[in-house]
Order: sequence, then structure tokens, then C-alpha cells
Amino acid sequence: MNNTSLKDAYIDKTRRDFLKKAGAGVTTLALASGVTLMAYPAPAQARNPDEAADPSKRWGLLIDVNKCTEDCSACVTACSQENGWKLDGNPSVDAQWIRKLKIKNPHGGHEQTFPVMCQHCAKPPCVDVCPTGASFKRTDGIVLVDKHICIGCRYCMMACPYKARSFVHEPLTDQKAHAPRGKGTVESCTLCVHRVDRGDQPACVEKCASDGHGALMFGDLNDPNSDISKRLASYPTKQIRADLGLDTGVRYQNL
Amino acid sequence: MFAIMKRLLSVLVVASAFVLSTPVQADEAQSRTPGPQYSLPKDATSCVRDTSFMRRNHMNLLLHKRDQTMHNGIRTKKESLQGCINCHVTKDEAGKAIKVSDPKHFCAACHEYAAVKLDCFECHRSTPETPKDTASIPNIPAHANLLASNANNSGEAKALGTFLKGVAQ
Repeated sequence: MNNTSLKDAYIDKTRRDFLKKAGAGVTTLALASGVTLMAYPAPAQARNPDEAADPSKRWGLLIDVNKCTEDCSACVTACSQENGWKLDGNPSVDAQWIRKLKIKNPHGGHEQTFPVMCQHCAKPPCVDVCPTGASFKRTDGIVLVDKHICIGCRYCMMACPYKARSFVHEPLTDQKAHAPRGKGTVESCTLCVHRVDRGDQPACVEKCASDGHGALMFGDLNDPNSDISKRLASYPTKQIRADLGLDTGVRYQNL
Repeated sequence: MFAIMKRLLSVLVVASAFVLSTPVQADEAQSRTPGPQYSLPKDATSCVRDTSFMRRNHMNLLLHKRDQTMHNGIRTKKESLQGCINCHVTKDEAGKAIKVSDPKHFCAACHEYAAVKLDCFECHRSTPETPKDTASIPNIPAHANLLASNANNSGEAKALGTFLKGVAQ
């Protein structure tokens, strides 16, 4: 390597480090008139692949319903592409990883749309009813199905008040390597656990942000300094069916 | 299910011991007992453990790793099913990776020979992911796209957008 390319490599690394460290908050930098460079925080703290999930964390989502537009379903298509599920137009058996809901206030007629997925409850009823221990909550709060021990009884689908789980009825091939799914097992939103484990955000959050909506925010609910916790502390937010006392990891703002 | 798997595994241990006693792949003509027909990866010189160990214990390694990954989120490639699949790939004449439904597949070759049912590929894919499969959500930070959409034909801004996209990959 000659001197020039060494220098280039060094500058390149410094730039990368700067962008990584810009993580404390949104850093804006005016480049020229009308052009602003916004360095968003590093999505999540990547950990070594050989380290176990961190029990001090609790991953969660905050969905700003005001920023969610009716004609957009980017989060749903992003999830479908990322995890390799498809809708085949039969709602009784279709996959239910994430779906857009529309609600209407019967008095004023005001309508809102927002995505609903597995709410990653702190006290998940799906885990309570599972007879084999296949439905479980990971130490960092992500609720998953261990399909190796799932017998497909679908008790968890009955127990979930959010109808966030679905059953695979047909044999599948060519699944995504990071999202194995197969006939006879129950599946649901994994909060893109494979992405979270490598320090990225879930696909729906990433796509919503890159499409310019920014309605979804992902972060650690246990860390008071995380962006999501700060927003939860400064704005009123809701859990769906909070009356059930499940302490969901997915929260809604402006609902 | 677990009990069934355990039984299957014990059958496989016996079966793989049987496999061991026959020279595989080579000297087929000289051996009177036909062995399973499989091909080893061309560019790899060694597996994660000894061949004899792997023949008897690959299922135990996979079973351990599967729980580590599923429940603890430990995603090291070594001893993972993905690691096996990515290395032990058999290609057909067209250069396409063959699936487990074909008896030439590395896993299928022995498992069909020993008549041991293989459960892994009910859910997992049996071929390595091609770049087309993995090209799902581009892992590009939001600011790169925002910059691109606000660039207003400024060369400098476009270059920065490209640079940021490069950082993400």
C-alpha cells in the first residue's frame, strides 16, 4: 500500500468513526445553503456475536400515529421482504407479522392508521399458555417462538389479544436464512431479532425512516438516555389494551 | 418432539458409525458395499472438527448451537447450520446449488442412505442464500436518503450521499 492510499484509508476511517460517534443525538451539519447533513444516532449498540443477549435491555418500539399515513404500507412490505413471508389473499390463514389498522372515531369521523405487530409484552399471555415452552421471552424482552419445540397447538394464537400470531399451513422452501419458518409452527414478529443482534434496527423502522416518515422508533426502554425513553418521558403515549396490564414493549403516540 | 429427535439422533449415531466403516466417495468400485454418494466442498481443507467427530456428533453440535442462537442470540457462524449449509454446498451442472430434496445434497446423501429423516429443512433453507435472496432492506441510514432527496443537483451533496451509503455497507 503506498502512502496516498494509506492516507485515504485513514481519512476514510476517521470519517466512519465520526459518523459512528455522532450517536448521542441527531447531529446536524450545514454543508451548503439548503443542504444539511443529519447524522442520526447509531441504531443500537452492537454486541459481539458470541455474547448472549443483554438482560439489562428491553427492546421496544414507539409508533407515532400522526406520522403514519394511510396510503403507505412500507413497514409491512419491508417486513415481508426481510422475513420472506407473503400474503396469499386468504385472511384466515395469512401470515400476521405486521398489518396496518385503520380506526375511526364514530363521533367526529376522524380516522387514523397505524401498524400493529407483536407487542412484545413484559407479561406475555402467549408464553403463559404455551404447553411446551416454545413461546418464550428472551432476556432482552423480545417475545419469540422456538419453532424447534413448537408443536403447532396454537394456544398462543388464542391467548394473544393483539392477534399477532399466525400458523404456517403450507410447506415452504427457500426461506430466508435468518428467518426460518415452516409448516406446522406458529410465527410472529421477531422484532427482527437477527438485525437487533447485529446492532441494527428492525426492517420496518429502517424502511419507515428511509422513506422519510420516521413514524417508528426503536430503542432500549430500560435505558433512560435512549431516544425512545426520552420521548416516552416527554410525550403522552399509550399501550393498546393497557387495561390487560401486559406492559407492552410497543407504544403508541398520538393514538 | 424432543424425544423423537433424540431417538432419531441415536439412530443416526449408529448409522454414521456404519457409514464410517465404508470408504466413502473413493474406491467405490473396490468396496462390495455401496456407500452414500456425496461430494465435499472443493475449496475447504478442514471442517470445524475432525471428520470422524463430525460424522458421529454433528447433530449434537447443531442442537447445542440452535439453543444458543434461539434463546441467547449468540450468532457465531461456527457450528451453525448456516455455516454448514454455506460450506457444504453441492452444485448441479448449471452451477446452481441443489436442494435437500435432491439426493446429491450433502445432508441428503447420508440421511437417505441411512434412512434417517431430516427435520432441519422443514423450516431452514437447504442452500446458501444468493445475493438476490439477501438483498432485502438496504441497510442505508435514513440521512443518506434524506440527503439524496434534498440534493438539488448539487454535486457535493450527491457525493456525500454516495459516501454515506458506502459507509452503511
